[in-house]
Amino acid sequence: MAETFDRPEIRTPENLVYSKTNVLTDNIMHYCPGCGHGTTHRLLAEVIEEMGIQSETIGIAPVGCSVLAYNYFDVDMQEAAHGRAPAVATAVKRLFPNKFVFTYQGDGDLAAIGTAETIHACNRGENMTIIFVNNGIYGMTGGQMAPTTLPGMPTSTSPYGREVATMGNPLKITELIAQLPGTYYVTRQSVHTPANVRKAKKAIRQAMENQKLNRGLSFVEVVSNCNSGWKLSPVKANKWMEDNMFPFYPLGDIKVNGELVK
Amino acid sequence: MKELKLMKGNEAVAEAAIRAGADAYFGYPITPQSEVLEYLMAERPYERTGMVVLQAESEVAAINMVYGGAACGKKVITSSSSPGISLKMEGISYIAGAELPCVILNVVRGGPGLGTIQPSQSDYFQATKGGGHGDYRLIVLAPASVQEMADHVKLGFDLAFKYRNPVMILSDGVIGQMMEKVELFEQMPRLSDEEVAANYPWATTGKPAGVPHRIITSLELDSSKQEKHNHHLQEKYRKIQENETMYEAIQTEDAEYLIVAFGSSARISQKAIDMARAKGIKVGMIRPITLFPYPSEIINKLADQVKGILTVEMNAGQMIEDVKLAVNGKVKVEHFGRFGGMIPNPEEVVKALEQKIIGG
Ligand SMILES: Cc1ncc(C[n+]2csc(CCOP(=O)(O)OP(=O)(O)O)c2C)c(N)n1
Ligand code: SF4
Repeated sequence: MAETFDRPEIRTPENLVYSKTNVLTDNIMHYCPGCGHGTTHRLLAEVIEEMGIQSETIGIAPVGCSVLAYNYFDVDMQEAAHGRAPAVATAVKRLFPNKFVFTYQGDGDLAAIGTAETIHACNRGENMTIIFVNNGIYGMTGGQMAPTTLPGMPTSTSPYGREVATMGNPLKITELIAQLPGTYYVTRQSVHTPANVRKAKKAIRQAMENQKLNRGLSFVEVVSNCNSGWKLSPVKANKWMEDNMFPFYPLGDIKVNGELVK
Repeated sequence: MKELKLMKGNEAVAEAAIRAGADAYFGYPITPQSEVLEYLMAERPYERTGMVVLQAESEVAAINMVYGGAACGKKVITSSSSPGISLKMEGISYIAGAELPCVILNVVRGGPGLGTIQPSQSDYFQATKGGGHGDYRLIVLAPASVQEMADHVKLGFDLAFKYRNPVMILSDGVIGQMMEKVELFEQMPRLSDEEVAANYPWATTGKPAGVPHRIITSLELDSSKQEKHNHHLQEKYRKIQENETMYEAIQTEDAEYLIVAFGSSARISQKAIDMARAKGIKVGMIRPITLFPYPSEIINKLADQVKGILTVEMNAGQMIEDVKLAVNGKVKVEHFGRFGGMIPNPEEVVKALEQKIIGG
């Protein structure tokens, strides 16, 4: 997976306004154009660079669209079985208590098959960071229903829309884990506008900084789009997300410094 | 310092793990092996050596903790019994695919399903032929005493790190629960983080500046590369077969009949051999100590010498398939087993030998 762009050098010191963090590799990301995974990767990588912890960070990739996250983060990485990243990360952090450990997981990974591992790692207060990308669908496997799929939302396994009576309710796992005494910081963000990107980055920074305090688990949900799975253009997907996902999954801090907000 | 102690097999495993310098144990209670976790929790190894002990929320979580710890180059062990081992199988396959070293103890109980908490050897197929998905092999050790329960922990870690391969200790409820005297080896030091990083450059210990990042994964989307990886694994398994096969030969020099048995069945068969020899029946035994790699060569050789072979197993006939492959039709091979948690007695073994092999 070591392909790089073969492009003419157009960058000069005068016109350079932004440069890629060196905590991201030069590998071309496989994400669909407009997908929130890429932006979320960048923010986390920038935080790692800004904190100067590249050599002390160990990341755990999930099974899902971000399974290849290990090719993009230039830190030591492990690829976990579907849903098991919090258990894998638990061991890493217990064995290297002074390193920074994160998991990066989708909603199927974290809130369906891995619910037990998520809840118990949170409840034990493992001193690590979970980045949870909630796009309400199984992106990788082709757009099946996720635990977070909204009522009425069509997916390939709920082609007439999610019928709550037979398919159950969407799971607000973030609110749920905020109730656990082991979580120290729980927040819900998005990366679909520059303002939201800035807020999300601050949240990720906070979540990583918290590991120095040893007070419990920090959890950052990023409500994101899956334009391929939702079968919408990137622009329409973002609009759909604002109109439908945010009312159900409202953005903002849910727990700060170990205290529930509001 | 070496020490002589009277211990249960399960406790011997726990104490041996501390003494082998293990960095972590992750497990979930299930009879008949819960003493491993209980002993470790009571013994507070984090105060003795700094070893981490954690009761996981399930066997699934425990084996994935093993994955995470092993990927850091740490010495990690877990234990369970049959239903729990079934749950661990996905993780074991990942560990084998990602080539991580670890030790997994299975104190086998009777199945299928929830089965019984009584001893059995009915997980032989699962341990030696896969269990999880994909073309992989575990190194499988078969202790027949409390002493070997302790020794196989150390041996298991040595083999696991030598080959970067998971090792399973396939024990059973008899060996796990019985008390025997055991000579415990001296405390070995745990490696420091610096030593781990220096010894295992493949491990995710935190990427040093200027070094490419380390990736632990079992995924390869390019099937030609996945095939290459599989060839590499097969080559490794061949090396293990060449170099690590272990067995005990008991009274085989003059044997006219042969018993093949492992673990507690071998202990019972040993008594049966004494009884048969007292009757003038010249019978010997091969006790495989490694079930993968399997001691096929010696069994094939002895097939030229003996008139018949009886496998004694606490299952419906699993290892017999490997014995038949080794013998390749040269002599008759029969199976005698009790199962579902029943333990054969030596008299039954002698009778089976007389009826199925000598008389038959
Ligand atoms: C044990 C197991 N079951 C099922 C799968 C198939 N699978 C791969 S990814 C995935 C869902 C991923 O969805 P999500 O976690 O929401 O991530 P996304 O792709 O949307 O980012 C499934 C069901 C698997 N790899 N392993
Ligand atoms: S399928 Fe969806 S989640 Fe996956 S990369 Fe494409 S847009 Fe992103």
